[in-house]
Amino acid sequence: MSATTDLTEPAVSPAEPAAADVTRRRVDLGRFRELSLVPAILVLGLIGFIVSPAFLTSDNLIGVLQQSTELSLLVLATTFILISGRMDLSLESTIGVAPVIAVWLVLPTSGGRFNGLGLLPEWTAVPLCLLVGALIGAVNGFLILKLRLNGFIVTLGALTMLRGLQVALSEGQSIVELPSSFTYLGKASWLGMPAAIWVCGLLFAIGGSALAWLRHGRALYAIGGNSEAARTAGIRVDRIVWIVLIAGSVLAAFAGILYSGHYGSISATQGSGWIFQVFAATVIGGVSLNGGKGSVFGALTGVLTLQLVVNVMTLAGVPPLWNQFLNGAIIIVALIISRFASGEKQE
Amino acid sequence: MADTATTPPTGPGTPAPVAEATGISKRFGATVALRDARIIVAPGESHALVGRNGAGKSTLVSILTGLQQPDTGTLRFSGEPAPDFGDIDAWRSRVACVYQRSTVIGDLTVAENLFLNRQSAGAVQPIRWRQLRRRAEELLAEYGVAVNPAKRAKELTVEQRQFVEIARALSFGARFIILDEPTAKLDARGIDRLFEKLRDLQRQGVAFLFISHHLQEVYDLCSTVTVYRDAAHILTAPVAELGHQALVEAMTGESASKVTATIGERLAPRSDSAELLAIDGLTLPGVCEDISLSVGSGEVVGLAGATASGNVQVGEAIAGLHRAKDGRITVGARTVRTGSVPSALAAGVGLVPEDRHLQGLVNNRSVAENATLTVTAQLGPFGTVLPARTKAFAGRMIRDLDIKTPGAATPVSALSGGNQQKVVVARALATDPHVLVAIRPTNGVDVKSKEFLLGRIRQVADDGKAALIVSDELDDLKVCDRVVVMFHGRVVAEFDHGWKDEDLVAAIEGVSGEAAPVTTFPASAVPASSGADEHGR
Repeated sequence: MSATTDLTEPAVSPAEPAAADVTRRRVDLGRFRELSLVPAILVLGLIGFIVSPAFLTSDNLIGVLQQSTELSLLVLATTFILISGRMDLSLESTIGVAPVIAVWLVLPTSGGRFNGLGLLPEWTAVPLCLLVGALIGAVNGFLILKLRLNGFIVTLGALTMLRGLQVALSEGQSIVELPSSFTYLGKASWLGMPAAIWVCGLLFAIGGSALAWLRHGRALYAIGGNSEAARTAGIRVDRIVWIVLIAGSVLAAFAGILYSGHYGSISATQGSGWIFQVFAATVIGGVSLNGGKGSVFGALTGVLTLQLVVNVMTLAGVPPLWNQFLNGAIIIVALIISRFASGEKQE
Repeated sequence: MADTATTPPTGPGTPAPVAEATGISKRFGATVALRDARIIVAPGESHALVGRNGAGKSTLVSILTGLQQPDTGTLRFSGEPAPDFGDIDAWRSRVACVYQRSTVIGDLTVAENLFLNRQSAGAVQPIRWRQLRRRAEELLAEYGVAVNPAKRAKELTVEQRQFVEIARALSFGARFIILDEPTAKLDARGIDRLFEKLRDLQRQGVAFLFISHHLQEVYDLCSTVTVYRDAAHILTAPVAELGHQALVEAMTGESASKVTATIGERLAPRSDSAELLAIDGLTLPGVCEDISLSVGSGEVVGLAGATASGNVQVGEAIAGLHRAKDGRITVGARTVRTGSVPSALAAGVGLVPEDRHLQGLVNNRSVAENATLTVTAQLGPFGTVLPARTKAFAGRMIRDLDIKTPGAATPVSALSGGNQQKVVVARALATDPHVLVAIRPTNGVDVKSKEFLLGRIRQVADDGKAALIVSDELDDLKVCDRVVVMFHGRVVAEFDHGWKDEDLVAAIEGVSGEAAPVTTFPASAVPASSGADEHGR
């Protein structure tokens, strides 16, 4: 073996140590890349501190976190899906339709403002809701991966269809009589913090670790980066993408449970229009729309940035009518910042 | 990994062939891709598989690597039947393939690419990154590949990337490796190093199936050659017993005398011709300095150079792809504004770009659309493009360049490589350019198309225009009246027609006469911008 080394070494090795140093430095920078929004968050904190004494109170900060929970779960789902090179727009409808279907199946047939079918006991509401999510993901996956339909349009269709299903089932009304098991997680408080925050934190930790240290997590990067190469490396591309789509929809259904519990009702427009925010948060957090790049932590900083901006603006007394404009502006500004912080072109 | 790779290559018993395929047939719909094909590769042998585009080589490769199932036929590895279809790990321990298209994932590190999908022992076991990097270092050192495993794969040169792919293939324990046109994107120096490595591995008992369009490489590297034509096996013979001519004949199915005839026949260079293209003191930052060159009407000039020499960039600059820091480019009497493609087009420059997939073709659009992309202004009044005129124009181009296509409306991706290249050339010729710049015009093209394309470029010059062939392939340069050689951004030599191969190669490689060989900056160490383009997206 050593003979082979000798033969090629002289040609390449002189350049190699220097090159190695450069890469090591670049890799370190690469590690900071996902922190590129952290300074922005700190600046936002500073501005918040200046504009209002109410900003730096635990009540306010916990409130921001609580409001981030549902959005952040969709962002977590989208991160996984985008890294594996796919898109799922229907997540924003799943967050509404899955709770409605679950509740519709368990609520009694008469007596309330909203009458269900009463088919199953009330405690099954949560598992049912997650099951509906899994089903939606599975159907999307079937259409995209087995029938080879265009994923963007399939999930766009699913978005509209599921929203319509929710409106039809709930007759366009908010559902306020929810089983107590269903609202528990959104309402409960553990160790002085809303349970939803703990659960989301845990899910992000699990998701981030899976992407960083598990083979199947790394497989998502391979699939998103070059799916043909992933296939030749023995990765079961379709199966893994399908699982990711299902997991994403389950997360969205779970976000629906937290949201319903948090506000005590399932609103008819629950999640409507969120997908833009979700994509914005994910992309400014450094996840590539083309797949193969990004991290869960980066995506989390993306959500927090967006939520902090809203919070700081509210505290600063910016008229709510300007919120939408500023939200859009912030997304573009954040994109510009992360473009130059990372030094990479966004395609 | 290490133990499997160091086991003796063959047992003491009978040396069963590492791969043996017999009676393989495969159809895709109405197309027969392979008809009763066969191939036998002995242990430690380097076996060449040659054939024109569409001969069935790629299909055979995907069957040998277990990516596709043959309709009929049997496949045996080292005497044992092939593993079940879909058992990818079992396939990979028997046969490995370095594909024409890169199968490394750019955003992952070299270490992770090497151990993709086996980074940890079990699916739920966390990956230990430090250990993974160490294993990668060991693996690369074992095969003498000087690459930092912490590097991202997209930062590697083409050559390093191939070494990484070969090391990965060997790490599965395979003793049989298929190389699908490994030299297509390497410069001469890189090819030498690749061959050196392959010979080393061969001494360790690894067998190769080597697929290439460059017959010279087959003679340089291989001991046995198998020829496929029209989806069927034609012959298998020791390379030493098969002459150049016989090999070309086997590939094309007709006498090769025509090949030499067209390339051999030449008009006397016209020294008194009018100057059509003049480059004066061209300087491209970081690429070349003070390049001057002129091409007269009726002349074909070659611009030779290795990958990092800057010859490709000079060619592209003429077509307006790069902005110059200094210098002038004139076509006829017009000065071209450097960095402006419209200006170059208006002055009458036609470009055959280096990489037809990246710069040439819009893959899923039709042959007609691709061929007329540069001349849409002529296809109808007020910015409209009339389908009838497009069709007529494309029909003319298809006949002119003898493009084998079912019709003008066929998507260009459905054509074979040689015909795709013809479409690219057609597009360059569509504007009826005064100066045709052809960069590696025969890259990845079969023998017959090659001959045709070079003849067509010659014809452009014979019509009173000028042609510049930018290439490092001797076959391309042989049709030129003059060859100008660049080395590291400078013109170092000029040869009149009738040069000797070794002189030209020496000039391209920067080895001039008796002087000490210039080896301080091997091509791979220079961050060649063209190299970066090749494996960019």
